[in-house]
Amino acid sequence: MSRTAKLALEDGTVFTGEAFGADGEVDGEVCFNTSMTGYQEILTDPSYRGQIVAMTYPEIGNYGVNDEDVENEKPHLAGFIVKERSRRSSNFRSNGRLDDFLSRYGIVGIEGIDTRALVRRLRIQGAMNGVLSTTDLDNASLIAKAKASPGLVGRDLVREVVPEIATAWEKPLNRLSKLHGAPGVAAGSDAPHVVALDYGMKWNIARHLFDMGCRVTILPGTATADDVLALKPDGVFLSNGPGDPEPIVYAQETIRTLLGKKPIFGICLGHQLLCLAAGAKTFKLKFGHRGANQPVQNLASTRVEITSQNHGFAVDGDTLPDDLEVTHINLNDNTIEGVRHKRLPAFSVQYHPEASAGPHDSNYLFGQFKAMFA
Amino acid sequence: MPRRDDIHKILLIGSGPIIIGQACEFDYSGTQACKALREEGYEVVLVNSNPATIMTDPATADRTYIEPLTWEIVAKVIEKERPDALLPTLGGQTGLNLAMDLDRHGVLQKFGCEMIGATAEVIAKAEERDQFKAAMEKIGLGVCRGETVHSLEEARRAAEQIGLPCVVRPSFTLGGTGSSIAYNLQDFNEKVARGLSESPVHEVLIEESVLGWKEYEMEVMRDKDDNVVIICSIENFDPMGVHTGDSITVAPAQTLTDKEYQYMRDASLAVIREIGVETGGSNIQFAIHPDDGRMVVIEMNPRVSRSSALASKATGFPIAKIAAKLAVGYRLHELPNDITRETRACFEPTIDYVVTKIPRFAFEKFPEANAELTTQMKSVGETMAIGRTFKESFQKALRGLEVGSFGFGCDGKDLWGTPEQPSLDEVRTKVARPGDQRIWYLRYALKYGMSIEEIYERTGIDPWFLDNLAEIVELEEELRAKKGIADTDDRLLRKAKQFGFSDRQLATIWSEAEMDIREERKRRGIVATFKAVDTCAAEFEAYTPYYYSTYEDPVETEASKVPPGQEDLTVLLGEDELRAVYLEDEVPPKKPDQKRVMILGGGPNRIGQGIEFDYCCCHASFALRELGIQSIMVNSNPETVSTDYDTSDLLFFEPLTTEDVLNICDRVQPDGVIVQFGGQTPLNLARALSNAGVPIIGTSVDTIEDAEDREKFKNLLERLGLRQPANGIARTMAQARAEVAKVGFPALVRPSFVLGGRAMEICYDSAQFERFVTEAFIVAQGQPVLIDRFLEDATEVDVDAIADGEKVIVAGIMEHIEEAGVHSGDSACAIPPYSLPGPVRDEIREATAAMARELKVVGLMNVQFAVKEENGRPNVYVIEVNPRASRTVPFVSKATGMPVAKLAAKVMTGKKLSELGYYREPIPAHVSVKEAVFPFAKFAGIDIVLGPEMKSTGEVMGISERFSIAFAKSQLSAGTLLPREGKIFLSVADAAKDHLVGLARRLEKMGYELLATRGTAARLEEAGIQVKRLKKLQEGHPNVLDYMFNGELKLVMNTPSGKGARTDEGQIRAAAIANGVACLTTIQAADAAVIAMEAMREEEMEVEAIQDRFPHYGAPQKP
Repeated sequence: MSRTAKLALEDGTVFTGEAFGADGEVDGEVCFNTSMTGYQEILTDPSYRGQIVAMTYPEIGNYGVNDEDVENEKPHLAGFIVKERSRRSSNFRSNGRLDDFLSRYGIVGIEGIDTRALVRRLRIQGAMNGVLSTTDLDNASLIAKAKASPGLVGRDLVREVVPEIATAWEKPLNRLSKLHGAPGVAAGSDAPHVVALDYGMKWNIARHLFDMGCRVTILPGTATADDVLALKPDGVFLSNGPGDPEPIVYAQETIRTLLGKKPIFGICLGHQLLCLAAGAKTFKLKFGHRGANQPVQNLASTRVEITSQNHGFAVDGDTLPDDLEVTHINLNDNTIEGVRHKRLPAFSVQYHPEASAGPHDSNYLFGQFKAMFA
Repeated sequence: MPRRDDIHKILLIGSGPIIIGQACEFDYSGTQACKALREEGYEVVLVNSNPATIMTDPATADRTYIEPLTWEIVAKVIEKERPDALLPTLGGQTGLNLAMDLDRHGVLQKFGCEMIGATAEVIAKAEERDQFKAAMEKIGLGVCRGETVHSLEEARRAAEQIGLPCVVRPSFTLGGTGSSIAYNLQDFNEKVARGLSESPVHEVLIEESVLGWKEYEMEVMRDKDDNVVIICSIENFDPMGVHTGDSITVAPAQTLTDKEYQYMRDASLAVIREIGVETGGSNIQFAIHPDDGRMVVIEMNPRVSRSSALASKATGFPIAKIAAKLAVGYRLHELPNDITRETRACFEPTIDYVVTKIPRFAFEKFPEANAELTTQMKSVGETMAIGRTFKESFQKALRGLEVGSFGFGCDGKDLWGTPEQPSLDEVRTKVARPGDQRIWYLRYALKYGMSIEEIYERTGIDPWFLDNLAEIVELEEELRAKKGIADTDDRLLRKAKQFGFSDRQLATIWSEAEMDIREERKRRGIVATFKAVDTCAAEFEAYTPYYYSTYEDPVETEASKVPPGQEDLTVLLGEDELRAVYLEDEVPPKKPDQKRVMILGGGPNRIGQGIEFDYCCCHASFALRELGIQSIMVNSNPETVSTDYDTSDLLFFEPLTTEDVLNICDRVQPDGVIVQFGGQTPLNLARALSNAGVPIIGTSVDTIEDAEDREKFKNLLERLGLRQPANGIARTMAQARAEVAKVGFPALVRPSFVLGGRAMEICYDSAQFERFVTEAFIVAQGQPVLIDRFLEDATEVDVDAIADGEKVIVAGIMEHIEEAGVHSGDSACAIPPYSLPGPVRDEIREATAAMARELKVVGLMNVQFAVKEENGRPNVYVIEVNPRASRTVPFVSKATGMPVAKLAAKVMTGKKLSELGYYREPIPAHVSVKEAVFPFAKFAGIDIVLGPEMKSTGEVMGISERFSIAFAKSQLSAGTLLPREGKIFLSVADAAKDHLVGLARRLEKMGYELLATRGTAARLEEAGIQVKRLKKLQEGHPNVLDYMFNGELKLVMNTPSGKGARTDEGQIRAAAIANGVACLTTIQAADAAVIAMEAMREEEMEVEAIQDRFPHYGAPQKP
């Protein structure tokens, strides 16, 4: 028997659809992802903490879920919106269905709504807060809740997704992630050591670091510079993570201390934190970049990379300190996509070279990181 | 890196006539390329033999050569025009092969013409199997195991290694010609032999079979800087084993995880880089094993293709246009994305809908052909539909196919629940066999309760697709459980529409009237919403108005919320209306002072209705723009120029059914709808649209129907004192027998309201009559069958005319080469007439004008006349009048220099011909011959004799000062190689033997060696002509087939002996086709060929640009 679910936006719009996954009520920033594949990776990406994610591609769940294509131990997003959820999964690697997966992790989903109308509202009016509910179906009440939802700005969502303890990472990339070549194997004790500061890290980053022959230690993003240096890393990696980078002052502090001491590479939130640590400011984008088709130009080579992205905040180019040089820009809106420190061994990108979901055009950045190790 | 300044003039080669495997998608790509290059200031020289194309319009390129596509002729164009560069990747396989020939023969080097986009080395690497396979192995990609062979013996050795079943694939053919799967050794031997003969390089690939694997395609673009993007992924509904052109295909890929998709993307990038396609688009095909995911690369096309046209229409990304710009030096990120304007072409489109393409077949035209689908393409057209879900797009595509179905069953074609319902056993067999009817058997299988697993087991169709079909069938059952629409709640009704059910299906399910369903659902607010195709899933604003319909659940909005920046719309619409339409429905509201005219297109290509009508529709659109009227195009054919995003002001990619068109009308409120230009498709809708209050402009629907109504038409001719062959009309078999008794034999039988001469036959006796009339009643689907006295040995004449309600201008009089009785679409014809006396032409002109005036034609009219010598004088008979655009309109425009379709469109909006500056029939100074092109080579073993049922897929045009050379050019263009020397086999019916003597004498004089069997030989010897006697087939050897197989025979002149007994002859004709020997099947064609062969000895074929022939094309006439 189908259950009703409703999605209300703070502008007073209400979409009525069918519930799938778990029952309940969640609120958060409503955003959309334009990737046509990779819903399982998106569901498990901790950067979506606090967000209700709409997929623009209308047929979702077609290939089910599997144990391999996960970016974290569980989904972190607040709610999931699709036009149509497939009732049947078909793929040789599939071992479960999307709705069961959401139910297992208590994620509320809605299907059957006009997702394109939703996206057009978000594009025209900018990101909005919303509430998704299977329990309260009263429009006025839902709209009031949407208006009351705190949103992302100024909140520290990182603390909600950081791991509790440090761990060693020893898993390789999926065999499909490389056209040829064997999967990575555990590196010897003399191999370079990377410490990854986990602010809500996508596991494919760790897999990449492992596959390039590094020993990888994951530290909670709350770790101090001393914690990091005690591990004697050859390089420090700053991960992606959810929400607004500005309130994450502890991480900025750590990075500021590490700058110049160890080679640093940051991705997404890690990139924003590095820039903040170096003196730049960030701002909230109108509705963010979320998808697997964002063109980014490498200014040094002039080549274009098709990139995977997921961010609602960006580094403000006008506030960039002299020490930082822009290395990559987004060809859609000319926002900053990558920077490098002019004097110190540190660089970062706003997009996701680890892909998952998304194209592999920017894998080279991991090699660039490794090349910085002494 | 901006555009190259070191080149100025660029040569483009078109793909020639429409054939199976190469259709109007290359008109689309070529036209886009011409526009793109000229926009950059390059001078474009175009060569194409196909007059029906938009690209060969004098306005499309700077220098247009409608000339045969052989390297020798193109060399002449190059010598004359001296282009700096040749862009070979936009004219299909024909363009690519021709470029390779020009390179091989040193023409490009000689004239310093550079190949841009892809070089000869790159093309060879992609196209030659061994090289391609080696390249793939080098980059570590899986390929099918296989071996290239050049003889049967080598092939057998290869088969031992690879095992059966295996694929037999000839090299360098298009549309997979000759490619097939061999299941046993006998099969294998036959297929290899045929493959070797079909391959221009006598090379065949014997390959591991990946039958039943999942099939995918990737459309890839690359620029000079090695930026590579994927434009679209396509997943085939039919697994490997069916040619992708014959498969139902879906975009984007549906059942790949991101990991697998990215793996395929990585592979695509590696392939295009390794092959080295420098710039432009390529298509790469992959197969994936459904159980373990093993992926192999099947092939790559280093050029734009049918799939890239589909990908362009599916995503909104103009692949051919961008490919042309990349070829002249631009990089992807230097080019704007026209759809969004603010972003660049360097990105990967993302779509928020599902696209389904379904091929259309013509097996009914070739009943002797094997209708099983294989790796050789057999479809003649395709339809594409867009929906928000696969289910919706799939059902829309089925009704867009225009085969009498209105979705997945539940319509007049549905056999379920009828006495003809197939048995479960029959269903089990039929689902397992890929064919054009399989889709319906999939439904019957589901209706019988066959499990998804079992159907998958039998078909290899992915369970995801099958389950979606099952969902449609389940909803059908739910709907059937309701007594009628009154018993069905809004939720279920809306769901049915969201699943793509048409009103017609609902009406059939509940035995209600379609229009009642429509009214009731509109009353309940269940109406179509129009969404835009924007390349970006709404992430950016789209400026290009390209739409599809869908059904969405309503969105509730608090009052007073108007999107920022859209406030002006509230003034126009009122707030309520704005809220209702603006965000969900993206079609711009009509402004009060704006005029909108809608053009209904022709839907999927089929035999009898193809690119010619798309040409007319595009011209109508151009004409409307010139008049400042907003043009709205509706069509469902992804191959066409009419569905290009910038051809019209608004484009609706929708099925051409009453319901879908009315939905659009409700939204756009057109001031007029043009139904004259899209062939039979829009005409079939005209009555229903008109009844629904849609303003049809031009000739009235009543007139269109009157011309088809035999009684009314007969009366009209009588009033005008015009002659008509004796005729009758029958609604029953008994009536038919009575009518034929009055009319007499031979009689021509045909169903009314059907285009392309479907089921049209000449009957010489009552036995044939009974058989053919039965068939005609089936095809007529309730409409009457027409019976005419057939005029033997008459000359057929086609006339196209334009009328504005007062003035009538004949645009072209076309004299057919073949006698009346051969379908006009299959007959060669010439402008101006080459044998009709002046008074006869005048009589034809007067009759045409009289009929146009009497019928109050506004727009185009086509008349077919027959001229028959009776009692020593030529009598003119009116065979048929069609008050609409005909197949010959583009040919006439190019033969006379008069833009016929554009003028007609303007006339339909109320302009007078004199106002437009046209006063009289244009009389060209040169001769143009149109010749038809046939798909016989794709249907092995069928007889090729011509008759009243149209069988050609395309046409070519030859132009010259002399009829003889124009005809020779047309034959060369059509692939009929008239030999300069060698052996010719003659065999004609008794009645033609006297006539043959004259021809044989002239052939002998030219030095040809003549062969004939007993009867014909005796007659020729009697006349003193030397002829070599051959045995008849059943008499043993040597017979004509031996000479043919040995490659000695150069030409066959073989006319059928009137009726019946076609076996021996049929075999000879089929063998001629299989062996690439020119075969003329009418005495008139033989006549013209002999004239051409004589002329070819006297003068060289010269080439001339159409712009030189008509320096003032499109300019008004002097009063």
